[in-house]
Amino acid sequence: MRLQEYQSKTLFTMYNIPIPNGRIAESVREVKQISEELGEAVVIKAQVLTGARGKAGGIRMAKSSQEAETIANEMLGKVINGYVTKKVLVDQFVSIEKEIYLSIANDRINQKPVLMASSFGGMDIEEISIVSPEKIVKRIIDPLLGLRDYQLRDVAINIDLERSYWQQFGEIIKNLWRVYVDCDATLVEVNPLVITKDGELCALDAKIVMDDNALFRHPSLADFHDKDAESPAEFEARKAGLSYVKMGGNIGCMVNGAGLAMATMDILESLGGKAANFLDIGGGANAQKVEDALRLILDDPQVKSILINVFGGITRCDEVAKGILNVCKEVELHVPIVVRLVGTHDLEGLDMLEGSPLIPARSLLKAAKIAVNKAAEGAK
Amino acid sequence: MSILINNETRLLVQGVTGYEGLFHTEQMLSYRSNIVAGVTPGKGGDWVLNGKVPVFDSVQTAVEVTGANASVIFVPAKYVSDAIFEAVDADLPLVVCITEGAPIQDMMRVRQYLSSRSTRLVGPNCPGLISPGECKAGIIPGDIVIPGNIGVVSRSGTLTYEVLYSLKQNDLGVSTCIGIGGDPVKGLGFVDILELFEADAKTDAIVLIGEIGGDDEERAAEYISSSLTKPVVGFVAGLSAVAGKRMGHAGALIEGNLGSADKKVEALQSVGVKIARSPEEIPGLITI
Repeated sequence: MRLQEYQSKTLFTMYNIPIPNGRIAESVREVKQISEELGEAVVIKAQVLTGARGKAGGIRMAKSSQEAETIANEMLGKVINGYVTKKVLVDQFVSIEKEIYLSIANDRINQKPVLMASSFGGMDIEEISIVSPEKIVKRIIDPLLGLRDYQLRDVAINIDLERSYWQQFGEIIKNLWRVYVDCDATLVEVNPLVITKDGELCALDAKIVMDDNALFRHPSLADFHDKDAESPAEFEARKAGLSYVKMGGNIGCMVNGAGLAMATMDILESLGGKAANFLDIGGGANAQKVEDALRLILDDPQVKSILINVFGGITRCDEVAKGILNVCKEVELHVPIVVRLVGTHDLEGLDMLEGSPLIPARSLLKAAKIAVNKAAEGAK
Repeated sequence: MSILINNETRLLVQGVTGYEGLFHTEQMLSYRSNIVAGVTPGKGGDWVLNGKVPVFDSVQTAVEVTGANASVIFVPAKYVSDAIFEAVDADLPLVVCITEGAPIQDMMRVRQYLSSRSTRLVGPNCPGLISPGECKAGIIPGDIVIPGNIGVVSRSGTLTYEVLYSLKQNDLGVSTCIGIGGDPVKGLGFVDILELFEADAKTDAIVLIGEIGGDDEERAAEYISSSLTKPVVGFVAGLSAVAGKRMGHAGALIEGNLGSADKKVEALQSVGVKIARSPEEIPGLITI
């Protein structure tokens, strides 16, 4: 779960990481009011969960509250990289002397946390790694020992930070580490961390991504979940306990197991088709879950055929058949459905489907071929 | 022979009284795995499955009384790192963690701790292992695999079953099948398992099933090129996946330049691994 900038900044404040004065607003009136209170130039930032907001017009400066009002009018409701702007953060303008990149992230390769810093602040970390990889300082952190003080100095030295800032810089990293650990983050990023004209360090931006697996430990942070960041289908899927990703093709897929679901989509693509979605019903799914999954797929207007591929282990094929038939009883199927059932109780499941309009198949390749052909016919 | 588990393995099940734990303990027993103990804190002294399995309060006691030498973990995700630490501190040589959804930072601490210990961890978020005809430690269905000389290693669950089923349809048997799990931070990786298969006299060929995310397949390719003498057939799931979208498994994510299926296929092919385009194609590519 990725937090919005204003939510991340709320956490930063709790951990004594300095941020600009500012507040969140949902209406033009509020924006005007906040900018009047701040009294100086402000920066208005769209709260959308996407990178490169600035380039898309999601970060703008206003020199007066009138200008802030005009900008708020344009920005609230604006679609930025596919996300509707419902909130904006109004921050006091900060004069920048120097920009620094700073983050703590999970390092997949080393399977440990990694502290990263660069004197090329303000740029995307992937951009920096292409333009000047030598400018990124990386230090692996022992997950049992935590951050060592010498590592803070080491990083400061290697990004050519003036000695007078070491103390302040070190405190910020230590606090960032506490945020990372306490919130079960997979990423905490400050980009940029700036040195102001007044010689203070300040986090102009804040990005926190939390580990979904650890949300149970953070009931208060679960309130931060932003429903606007999900599509309605993704929201429904999550509620039903299904793993769903929209893929953009026209063959709806329902599979048990993530690896098999990916392999099924791959086979469709190798045969010239394209999956409408990734959908994993998980292990041991009952008829209700299968029903929810099938309805979700049928709701997608792009779907021209459906492939159901279940390899029964803990999942019982007769339960799957039951779920499918329950849906068939209630709605008129407008697309052909190919069903491949193998494994636990497969013969029982296939027996149940006899006489229904569903198309049974035994081999995965054959099932995929039929689904691709039916989708092509349906698209005509 | 086989790797990691055989007919001398004495299994202990952590979380034996839970719904999943009990169901799969019964399945393992009916596969004639030697299950010597279960552990559920607070339920020590009970017996489950008609008096077949004694329950203990702690792993240490269970090991002392029964001589268990491997553990299979089914406890809920929030307790899983503690369960692993407990098994490691009891000096069990092998711990298999089936549980899905372990917090990543917990697993990073487990990994770091394991680096100074001799315990081997399989998983979490994995189907476990099966050495056909000898022992099953996990949830891989026993009836879709027959004994033989092919070693199977995979990051997936049902996709592995699909492959085992396909091998069986073609009368091809398996020495050991091991699912290493779909999490980004986990125990044994492809290279560890390939080393074991290389040293196993009963394994003559290897099937490696990878997927998007991380660089496990690329590291496997390096090892295959430098040290492996046995033929490998590979399959990588996720050629149609898009970058930045997690495909079900916590670890199935293409991040920037890291983890795409194309690159993994390329790395494996460049060291002589035959790549199947579907699970059903795998048996035809195996030459022993």
